[in-house]
Amino acid sequence: MLYALKIAARYLTANLAQTALLVTGVAVGVFIFIFMSALIGGLAEFILARTVGDISHITIEAEDADPALLIAPQGQVLFVAEPGQTRTATLAEAATWLPLIAGVPGVKAVSPQITGAGFLTRGAQVSQVSVSGIEPGRESAILDLDGYMVEGSARLGSGLIVLGRELADDLSLSLGQSVRLQSSNGITMVLTLSGIFETGNGSMDKARAFVSLSSARTLFAMPQGVTRIEIKLFDLNAADATALRIRALTGLDAVSWTDGAAQLMEALDAQSQTGYFLKGFALLTIVIGVASALLLSTYRRRPEIGIMRAMGAPRGFVVFVFVTQGALVGLLGGIMGAGLGYLALLPFPSREAFRPGTLPLDITQGSYGLAITLTVIGAILASILPARSAAKVDPVTAIGQ
Amino acid sequence: MSALLEVNDLVKTFGTGEAATRVLRGLDLTLNTGEMAALLGPSGSGKSTLLTILGTLMKPTSGRYQMLDHDLIAAEDRELTEFRNRHIGFVFQFHNLLPDFTALENVIFPTAVRDGRETPAARARGADLLVRMGLAERIHFPTAKLSGGQKQRVAVARALMNSPELVLADEPTGNLDRASALQVMELIGQINREEGTTFLISTHDDKIAAACQRQIVVSDGVVTG
Ligand SMILES: Nc1ncnc2c1ncn2[C@@H]1O[C@H](COP(=O)(O)OP(=O)(O)OP(=O)(O)O)[C@@H](O)[C@H]1O
Ligand SMILES: [Mg+2]
Repeated sequence: MLYALKIAARYLTANLAQTALLVTGVAVGVFIFIFMSALIGGLAEFILARTVGDISHITIEAEDADPALLIAPQGQVLFVAEPGQTRTATLAEAATWLPLIAGVPGVKAVSPQITGAGFLTRGAQVSQVSVSGIEPGRESAILDLDGYMVEGSARLGSGLIVLGRELADDLSLSLGQSVRLQSSNGITMVLTLSGIFETGNGSMDKARAFVSLSSARTLFAMPQGVTRIEIKLFDLNAADATALRIRALTGLDAVSWTDGAAQLMEALDAQSQTGYFLKGFALLTIVIGVASALLLSTYRRRPEIGIMRAMGAPRGFVVFVFVTQGALVGLLGGIMGAGLGYLALLPFPSREAFRPGTLPLDITQGSYGLAITLTVIGAILASILPARSAAKVDPVTAIGQ
Repeated sequence: MSALLEVNDLVKTFGTGEAATRVLRGLDLTLNTGEMAALLGPSGSGKSTLLTILGTLMKPTSGRYQMLDHDLIAAEDRELTEFRNRHIGFVFQFHNLLPDFTALENVIFPTAVRDGRETPAARARGADLLVRMGLAERIHFPTAKLSGGQKQRVAVARALMNSPELVLADEPTGNLDRASALQVMELIGQINREEGTTFLISTHDDKIAAACQRQIVVSDGVVTG
């Protein structure tokens, strides 16, 4: 069938302007396909980064211990609880789990934390805060605290506290000044403001205080264990599977971020559906374009097809000549469109540098190979109808015209 | 002389009902190997129709057609295509060559389509045929740039490419001036004498008819002379 390929190629080169136009049309379709892929992929990336980029992908929280049940001889059930003890649960053996969890494939960072509620007081100003005690050195493991710092440093140490911009302003607190923190356990510490961050997220900037894990131990009277282990993954889409794995490995109740994010997932899903729809249309345009161009070409070449058939060319040969033309047009247009798409996406910032207000086009999500493959398949399918009509040309009427 | 082909009681009707035209009305014809025959008859008498049926490009409404021990009425498209490729060459009046190909590429088409590629052997034979047709200077010429007479000589070379037993030519010189027409006929006569190829040539030209050994006249859908 090498010979059919030669004839197909000759037909394409014989009408260079027309072929160039057709290939360009296909390339535009492929370009749109790639642009849509990069946009939808980038948009999802962007939205996820904005909404879940700063949260824990998998969280293990201490379960409140079930009250001990006693079954009395008369069939009554009694439960035993210790009044006044609001939080009995700790992840006491956290230290033993941490290296195990850190070793699970796909885990990027693990952050053991002690969290709780408290009041910040400075002069007459009082603010309720949720306190996170984090190991020094892991301040940016989950939330990119370093990246959000506007003053001072994110580095936590004994006697230091890091607050959000709004909260610091509310308390008229500036860097280096001290503030009193009273925990829900009634323990008070005086801490020095060593850093101010601004995330743009209101509840974070207004009501969150970061202290070192050891300060939190004192504040919440927890000499050992932690209340919470936050885990960051390389790929946040792997959270469900990895959570299952950690659960199986440790027996702890590891919860994926997707558990509470059904709406977000739905929205992203709807967005990618829209993407498929648009990409489908781009492909359809390619198929229709190739089909109509080839149909025109088979019509123009009817006498030649008649001659070839009279000279002993089988129907299959004629089909092959036209399908090969379709495939070549698809391949050329696909490669050209993919190349143009890549070049057009180059000037846009990479996914790590997405900023609000710009189109989040992710050059790595252009689906170049897929675009070319689908285009070639589409062009081949598109050429089947013209090829079949070419094979049906009656030599007598075609030559006699 | 042995019979190359034989048709009996050939009927061809175009259309149906009121509009039906009976073009061939029980035609009988035998062509012997090595014959060079002219096909004559008034316009509309069915010469082209007969040639396309003999060329297996069209089936008759009824009748028998035997060539080289093949029943060409019963055969299916695939078999007929292969039969044409090996045993029958064509020269038409119009639309003879593939315009986007060179003279040589046109000539070797029947062999290339059989082999699936253009072999060096095919190229050598094709070039040789073109030289014999007096086209040594035009071997790699795009056919679109050839004169009418040159095109018909390329077509004759192509018809001979697979060394067919039979060459059917439908007014091959109808579009040519006298000098070119005689040159083409000269070459056909030479091939006929040297290789024993059988020719059946339809024409309105008495001079060309006279150049053939046998004259077959079709009228009212049968052979009358
Ligand atoms: N496909 C067709 N449908 C209907 N009628 C046809 C068809 N082909 C040929 N005919 C008719 O058959 C008759 C014979 O046509 P044919 O072309 O065989 O004549 P011819 O002898 O070759 O004529 P000419 O010398 O003018 O070339 C004509 O009346 C023509 O109109
Ligand atoms: Mg005719």
